[in-house]
Amino acid sequence: MLRADRTRLARSADRCFQVLVTTFAALVLVVLGLMLARTTYTAWPVFHRFGLDFVKGRDWAPSRDVFGALPFIFGTVVTSLIAIVLAVPVSVGIALYLTEVAPARTRRPLVYLVELLAAIPSVVFGLWGLIVLLPRLQDHVWTPLSAKLGFIPLFAGPSYGQSFATAGVILAIMIVPIVTAISREVIALVPHEHKEAALALGATRWEVLRLAVLPYARAGIIGSVMLGFGRAVGETIAVALVIGGSPQITASILQPGYTIASVIANQFNEATGIHIQALVGLGVVLFAITILINVAGRLFVWRAARGLAS
Amino acid sequence: MGVRREARLILLALVVGLAAALVAGCGGSKVVSAQQASDQTSGAKVVLNGSGATFPEPIYVQWAGEFNKSRPDVQVNYQGIGSGGGIEQFTSQITGFGASDAPMSDEELAGAQKAGGPVLHIPMVLGSVAVTYNVSGVKDLKLDGPTLANIFLGKIKKWNDPQISKLNPGVSLPGDDVKVVHRSDSSGTSYIFTGYLSAVSPEWKSKVGQDKAPEWPTGIGGEGNDGVAAAIQQTKGAIGYNELGYALENKIAYATLKSANGEWIKPSSDSTSAAGSGVTYPDDLRFSLLNSKAPGAYPIVSATWILAWKNPAQDGFNRQKAKDLIQFLSFGLAGDAQKQAPDLGYAKLPKDLQSLALKAADSIQLPKS
Amino acid sequence: MSGVSGRRRVADRVASVWMLGSVLCALVPLAFILGYVAYKGAGLISWTFLSQSEPFSFTERGGGFWNGIKGTLKLITVATLVSAPVGILAAVYLSEYGRGRFATAVRFVTDVMTGVPSIFVGVFIYSLIVLETGHFSAWSGALALAVLMLPIVTRGAEEVLKLVPRELREASLALGVPHWRTVFRIVLPTAASGLVTALMLAVARAAGETAPLLFTSFGNRFVTGWTDFNQPDSALPLLIFRDARSAYSTAQERAWAGALVLIALVLVLTIAARFIATRRSVRTV
Repeated sequence: MLRADRTRLARSADRCFQVLVTTFAALVLVVLGLMLARTTYTAWPVFHRFGLDFVKGRDWAPSRDVFGALPFIFGTVVTSLIAIVLAVPVSVGIALYLTEVAPARTRRPLVYLVELLAAIPSVVFGLWGLIVLLPRLQDHVWTPLSAKLGFIPLFAGPSYGQSFATAGVILAIMIVPIVTAISREVIALVPHEHKEAALALGATRWEVLRLAVLPYARAGIIGSVMLGFGRAVGETIAVALVIGGSPQITASILQPGYTIASVIANQFNEATGIHIQALVGLGVVLFAITILINVAGRLFVWRAARGLAS
Repeated sequence: MGVRREARLILLALVVGLAAALVAGCGGSKVVSAQQASDQTSGAKVVLNGSGATFPEPIYVQWAGEFNKSRPDVQVNYQGIGSGGGIEQFTSQITGFGASDAPMSDEELAGAQKAGGPVLHIPMVLGSVAVTYNVSGVKDLKLDGPTLANIFLGKIKKWNDPQISKLNPGVSLPGDDVKVVHRSDSSGTSYIFTGYLSAVSPEWKSKVGQDKAPEWPTGIGGEGNDGVAAAIQQTKGAIGYNELGYALENKIAYATLKSANGEWIKPSSDSTSAAGSGVTYPDDLRFSLLNSKAPGAYPIVSATWILAWKNPAQDGFNRQKAKDLIQFLSFGLAGDAQKQAPDLGYAKLPKDLQSLALKAADSIQLPKS
Repeated sequence: MSGVSGRRRVADRVASVWMLGSVLCALVPLAFILGYVAYKGAGLISWTFLSQSEPFSFTERGGGFWNGIKGTLKLITVATLVSAPVGILAAVYLSEYGRGRFATAVRFVTDVMTGVPSIFVGVFIYSLIVLETGHFSAWSGALALAVLMLPIVTRGAEEVLKLVPRELREASLALGVPHWRTVFRIVLPTAASGLVTALMLAVARAAGETAPLLFTSFGNRFVTGWTDFNQPDSALPLLIFRDARSAYSTAQERAWAGALVLIALVLVLTIAARFIATRRSVRTV
């Protein structure tokens, strides 16, 4: 083939390629956007009727046509926050260990073991959490905690076992594999030269990780945390089993609570009319929370990248 | 590798992926009508999909299996997803029949009427709700309606409260806190239980009322029967409610209640059946058996109904499918099938209700073809 | 380490403890959960369990989950075949061309949808497809799972693709390799391991979800044909969910055995996918 022909072919192939990937991106936008639009549309009558009171209201009484989402927003944020606080340090630690520290022979099996945690279905997490973990947490952690540190509002009150805290712990275990897996991948992609340069300058292993690896991988790690957060707020059955189904707003994480996803799952099948619309409205609120957290995450990454560049 | 060959390989991979999706969808689902799709299984089988309450799921499934043995060409596929979902899917004519622990309200019936015509309520079995508890040293707790309501209203806070001890003479009740456990998910069981509380306590009726997902004044929410049972078993001083079958299978202690005519009755298959006797049943077979005055009757009893279209021709049924539905319903209402009810924690229908139910099933009008 | 100050050495030591401790933090619950699942379900694992359907009588011991295993295999296969190319290529778009409002919109909806309560996906497909066709079907279930997987695949893939060093792309382009070939021969293989990870996370999530299937695939006590996607179909998580919470110990046993099977299934898929990917990958390290 003449060189000129080959270049023309290559350029039109490039054009086709661009059209192809753009089409698929558009497909993603259409499908997910359609779901988002449809959900908002279904919930619109409730927003129209209750306005901001829907989000500020503390009372959820379907039989009286009263719908206030605040207790569920509160519960979702609190449990996910606990999950993130517990899971992120552990996940990043594991990711660093697996990619940088582990001896080559143990690496592959350890990777599979951590991914095994991701393979466990959420109903199993919930049931194990309810039957095995909850009584042990209650006896050995929450009860002494409320006894000794009960004067701090965070740990106040008698502990039932079913609580924000227990749900947060279960969620943490569930999101560790996600955050670890993606973090591991992005850490592994850090170019060798960065690490070698740091080593050449006499850095300790931790300093290599802290100065050469983590900054480069930070954006990806934040991205993995966002994915983990998404999993945490969307998790229904595992949370529903251990959170105690009580829509309340309280400072103590040892109290029973409720989340958006679990109340939707609990009431959806039996709801009709405006109740369904209100539940869908809760879902839209959940989307809003997810957006906020993702925007915050992306801002964080952007600022960190600027710090890196300077 | 040449440019062309590579491009072709990649294109091939994509085509395979999309083709797979198309093959899967390409039963021509969009072209074939609902009725044909249901019948168009491998080998001329009739598939009857039904959904609704989880409470009767074990027995409906058992009947479906036995029915399939005598009629291998009919597959009755029942899934317990909750009464509300069952009614919705039935009204939308996605399923062939629905199932509910609570009779459809007038509103729901009007909606269904518009969608597919009149709906028949066919009671299949009776079931009861046990008051389960975990109180140390107490093997046979006795409670009456008003006291039970006060407990769930949060007005009785300790187990040695005089309201409880006067019903249980000679039993040493501990001074533990009363910890109420209720269902966090919407459920027919909650509907039945709060119906009873409304019947025996005017305060409950006005403050909370009967609902599948009421605003519980006190207590923690357990998810499903198993969530409530787990909470009760793990918490000293807990009291809650479960389907009788669940309480029996998992050996949870349950209370003896005082019936409307003053007898002390433990929930059982017999005391459940007794609640159905001596009742004048309305024509549309929508009724409540709560707080029965019949002798030997347990107070918290309810029927569970299958919902079917009176004129299934309007709803995509052909003659064969309608016939098979009637046969399946009659099969479940027949003596042999009804006899299986007690083993699974239900009670069989009393004779008069059984024949009324059979008549209702027979009244399903067969389409012309 | 000679010449390293005490403080730096302590920091290094603390970091090592933290990393190792984190691994233990993950392995300990894993051991507990797997131990519990095995304890409750291993007794029932046998060829019978894998090949027989559930008994219709809840009081009957034994039987198996074949209807659910087959259903899950069918659903996951189609869901992956649909969501993987779409998600990965969309992520390629975002990492190669992703500037401007269109790309921002795509990222926006993908981010939002990673947190969608899975019941909404089921309701969406129910109103879009089940109500239109008038019946439940395996392919509506597979589509629901695909929609659930899509944001996870897209987001995860984008994160990994973004981190393929720009120098690799630039070097390839400088050598005259066309853009599309650079992507398929250089970028994707470098990120292959990460792409597999993102895909497997999505598969694991989809394989364990009940809510999207309740209104789409519906569940089926009877076994359906391999190419028959027009009927309602069962799936392992549906069976596990229902039976684990049933009153009957017979059903509970089956549920836990089913959970073991599901975990093993996802693990096998992960190992296989990783094996295929690493054979074609290009590592910078």
